Order: sequence, then structure tokens, then C-alpha cells
Amino acid sequence: MREMIISELSQAVQDLARGFAHYLPRFIVMLILGLAGWAAAFVVKVILRSILRLVQFDRLSENAGASQLLKKAALPPASEVVSRFVFWLVWLGFILLGVSVLGIFGLQEQIGKFFFFLPRLFVAMFILFVGLLAASFFSRAALLAAVNANIPSPRVLSQSIRTIIIVFVLSIVFEELGIAEQTMLVAFGIAFGALMLGLAIAFGFGGKDLAQQFLEKKFLRAQKEENEDELSPL
Amino acid sequence: MRIVETMSHDAAQATPHLSEMKLAEDTFLTDDFLRQLVNVGEVDILVGLPTHNNAKTIGSVVKSIQSGILRWFPRERAVIINADGGSRDGTPELVTGISIDDVRPATNLNALRTLHSISTRYGNSPTSSAAMRTILAAAELLQAKACVMMSPESSGIEDEWLSRLLRPVRNEGFDLVTPIYRRHKFEGVLLTNLLYPMTRALYGVRIREPYTHDVGFSGRLAGEFLLQNSWEDEAAASGSELRFTLAGLTGHHRICQVFLGEKEHIERHASDLVPALRQTVAPLFSALEPDFPAWSAVTGSQPVPTTGPDHEVSLDPLRVNRKRLREIFSTGVAELASVFQAILSPSTLTELRGIARMDEEEFRFPAELWVRTVYEFAASYHKSVISRDHIIQSLAPLFRGRALAFLIENRTGSAEDVENNIEAICLEFERLKPYLLEMWKSRE
Repeated sequence: MREMIISELSQAVQDLARGFAHYLPRFIVMLILGLAGWAAAFVVKVILRSILRLVQFDRLSENAGASQLLKKAALPPASEVVSRFVFWLVWLGFILLGVSVLGIFGLQEQIGKFFFFLPRLFVAMFILFVGLLAASFFSRAALLAAVNANIPSPRVLSQSIRTIIIVFVLSIVFEELGIAEQTMLVAFGIAFGALMLGLAIAFGFGGKDLAQQFLEKKFLRAQKEENEDELSPL
Repeated sequence: MRIVETMSHDAAQATPHLSEMKLAEDTFLTDDFLRQLVNVGEVDILVGLPTHNNAKTIGSVVKSIQSGILRWFPRERAVIINADGGSRDGTPELVTGISIDDVRPATNLNALRTLHSISTRYGNSPTSSAAMRTILAAAELLQAKACVMMSPESSGIEDEWLSRLLRPVRNEGFDLVTPIYRRHKFEGVLLTNLLYPMTRALYGVRIREPYTHDVGFSGRLAGEFLLQNSWEDEAAASGSELRFTLAGLTGHHRICQVFLGEKEHIERHASDLVPALRQTVAPLFSALEPDFPAWSAVTGSQPVPTTGPDHEVSLDPLRVNRKRLREIFSTGVAELASVFQAILSPSTLTELRGIARMDEEEFRFPAELWVRTVYEFAASYHKSVISRDHIIQSLAPLFRGRALAFLIENRTGSAEDVENNIEAICLEFERLKPYLLEMWKSRE
């Protein structure tokens, strides 16, 4: 009995040692990949940060309105956020590569999915950034046109345009990421429809006074002002 | 294309002109127009007439031009070139249809040469730069000695205008002749409060009308500008009238001014301001980049030779909607805060917010603040802090504020008071020029 226990124990120790000996080199490879990944990610981060500063990415992001969001969330400037994000992405990629070396069953498939997901993530980020830029540009254009045409509540008009574009962009981003595609599509449809209906109701009922003022201002004042000269700029 | 080559070969076989070579390479003129130009041959005087739906006024303008040629240049070879932007009211037919015989009885004079009238359509929508390019190219191909461009809207022009704009070029060797008009004291507020003072302060030359549609010029300046201007870039080509004046200034050409008379009041609407800013302020701001070596070294300003009075102001009563000016200015300052934060310095913005809160009775927009605002806009335009067109558009409400202040300051002022006020703005622009340089460099 005693001998049997000793034999089983020694067998278990031997299996453990064999298993350990089998996994140790892979574990070391994983550590090396992790360390190399950290170094590579750091280099990428430094280079990317320099490039982003060179192309004045912070100003672009300020124009897109992304900087204001970051400030509100007490986050660093956009170039820093992007370079940190890429740092973690690269390092995580290396770590997952290292983990896959361990040959743990089931994990490799998930890692493959992660790498397959990366291009879509980048495309989604690009769409989001360009969308924010477009939203900022068109809302500002509407604001300027409304102010110069003396239309009442120019900021409401500008914000509405911004919101519509952002909602539209977000729906594209989620579709690209493949996150709850159907839900997002339905949610977008509902949100967009609600917005339009809301605007229609606001103009029709809630904003009837405003609409009345607007129309009076537009047509009655225009008649009145026909008799008054505009200062000729040139 | 073949016609141009033939003409260059025949007319200037020994030394083909640079711009002719360029025209031959990528000519934008139609074959029919080139054929008509070839039929005309060389000319001494060219009158350019850019038009677009000007049937109401073009008849009297052409008659004045023909009368001017008969009266003042009967021995010269002359041509009228009409560059039309797709008129649908028969303007080009009116230009070519008016015979010199219609004018002859009134003047009792006979021309010794044939007066040619050519009309060409450069496009289906009006573009001042395309019209100008067509006229300058024609001047270059016809080897015109003296040229003049006339506004098709000024039905009140007199035949003497032609002589006044052409003689300095033809007889005295000037390259650019800009006009001076008798204006109402509140007409041309953008000119008196920005374009004239800023051009004067930056380029050091006192040209009262840097943006004008009535201008005399030499064939040499036409050829140089034809080569130098970026015609293909639509944004860069807009406002070519102002660029033309600036080309005369930076190219060290001989410039003078002539007094023409009453500038006819053309009815404007509030919506005309932004296009006016795009045509004038945008090209001025964008010219500051290539012209930096020229303007950064200039201090003070010099008068230019002027024939006739250098200013004349009429004081007739004029109804202006001050309330609307005030309203757009205040709304603009309040609503465009996020835009102004990108363009203006915090101190300037704070001051603007302060005056936006003032009642109309106490409303003041000091010249010093206006000049600082304009210079900060120019520096921001250079740096493209936001879309350049948005920068120009956002200047409109602030300009209305300044226009209102100018109106209030000069409401009861005499002609001399108005002139003193304009001179004070000019001196402020000159005094604060180092501020622009500082902004320009700090934003590099």
C-alpha cells in the first residue's frame, strides 16, 4: 500500500516535471514575445505620436469636436490617446501571440478571431473620426449661414445637423464592428424617425410661435425692409 | 490651337512672347474667338467688358465706350472684347449689335479706323476670374498697348472715363490706373474700413480702390498677371480684380489714380456681404502668403500720383437698417463663440463680447479693436485654423458691427469728418502692423 502511494506520487511528480519541462520553453517564448512586444509597441507609440504631432492631429481632432469630448472625460490630447491605444493594441497582439505558443486548446481560435477583428476596428475608428470631422464641418457651415442670414436659433439648427450626422456615423461604425447589427439598424431607424417626427411636431405644434415669428420675420420684415438700403460693402 | 501657333509664328517669329507660348500650349479660348482675334490683328487700345445678364445697362455702357474712342482716340486701332458668362437676356448681341454709326451723330466725329467688337462666351455661369483671363489673353494676343476694363453695371459712365483711364497708360507710361469715385459717405464701407486701409498699411501704397471693375492697365502688366495668377485653382483665382491690383503693387509697376466721378449706387442686399468678402477679403488674406517678403519689409505708406481729387463724398440722407446690423453683430458674437475661440485671441474676444452687450445708443467699435480683429483673422487664415471659407464667413457679423459703428460715428459728420475718420482707421492699420507680423510669426 505504502509502495503504491509512493509510486503514484513519484509518477505524479514525474508527470508534473515532464509537463513543466514541456511548457517551460513555451512559457519563456511567451515572456520573450511579451517583452519584445512591449518594446515594439513602445517604438510604434513614439513614432506614431511624433507623426500625429507633425500632421497636427490635435488640431484636426479639435475641429472634429473630439478634443472637447476628451477634455470632458479628463483624458489627454487626442494624439496621446491614439498613440496609447495603438501601444496597447500592439502589445496585446504580441501577448496573444505568446499565449498562442502555449498551445492551450480553444484559446487559439479566440486569438485568431481577435486578429481578424483588428482591420474592422481600424476601419471603424477611421469612419468615426472622419464622421466627427464631417459633423463638425457641416454644423459649423450651417451655423455661419444661419447667423449671416439672421435666422432665429442658429445654434439649434447647427446642433440638429451635428446630431443627425453623428447618429448616422455611429450606426455605420457599429455595423462595421458587427456589434448588434440588427439592433443598431433598428435603433438607428427608430432614433432617426423619432428625430424627424420630433422636429416636425416641434415646428408644427410646440414651435408654432417660433415658426410664426420666423415666417413673420422672413416675409413681413422683408417687405418692410425693402424701403431701407443695405449698406453697400463695395 | 493651330491658329494661335500660326499667329505667334507670323506676328512674332523672332521672339515669341512667353505668355503667348503658354497660351498656345493650353489655350482656353475658343477657336471661333481666336479666329476673330486673328482677323482684328494688332491693336493700340483694348476695352474689356465682362458681362452676365446686363441687358438693362450694357447699351449705354457700350455707347459711352464707343463715344469715348471716337472722341479721344480716333486714330488708334481699338477693339471691344466682351467676355460673357452665359447671359440669357441677349447681352452679347447687344454689345456686338451697337454700331459706331449710332454714336457718330452725337459726337460729330469720325473714326479713322475700324472699331471691332468681339463677344465670346467663356462659360455658362459668371466667373469674374474667367472673364478677366479671357480679356487679358486677348490683350496679350492682340499686343494691345493700353487696355481698360469697364464695369457693365455702371450705366452712368461718361465717355471721359475711358480717356482718364487710358491716357496715363498710353501717354505717360503708367502700368495700372485705378479709379476714385464720388461716393455716398456710407457706400463702400468694406473698402473704407478694411480693403483700402489694410492694402495701404501692408503694401505701403495709398490706393483708394484696390478692388475695382473700372481699371486701366498696360499690355505688359496684363501679360505678367496672365502668367503669374493661378487661374486653374478656382479658389485662388477668385477675386482676381484685387489680385490684379496687388500684382501691380508687388511687381513695382508705375501706378496712378484718376478721379472718374459719381459711382452709381447699385442696390445691395444683406445676402451680398459674404460673397463680397469672398471676392475681396479672401484674396487679400491669401495674397499675404506669397507676398510676405514684399509686405513684411514695408513701413508707413506713400501716396500715388492722382489726377483730380483723391476723395469726394456725398452726404445725401440714406435709410439704413441699424437694428438689423446690431442684431446680426450681437447674435454673431454670441452664437459663433466656438468659431471665434479658434480665430481670435482671448482678449479680443472678451472685448467683442463687451461691445456686443452695449445698447445701440452707446454702441462703439473702436478702430483699434477692429484692426486687431482683422489682423487676427488674417493670421488665422494663414494658419488655416479652421476651414478658410468659414473664417471669411465668420468675419461678416463682425464687419456689420464695425459698419454700424462707422455709421454712428459719421451720422452727422461732414465730408471732411468722414475722410478724417477713414484716415484714422488707415493710421491704426499702419500702427498695428507689427502686431500682425508678431501674430504671423507666432503662429508659424
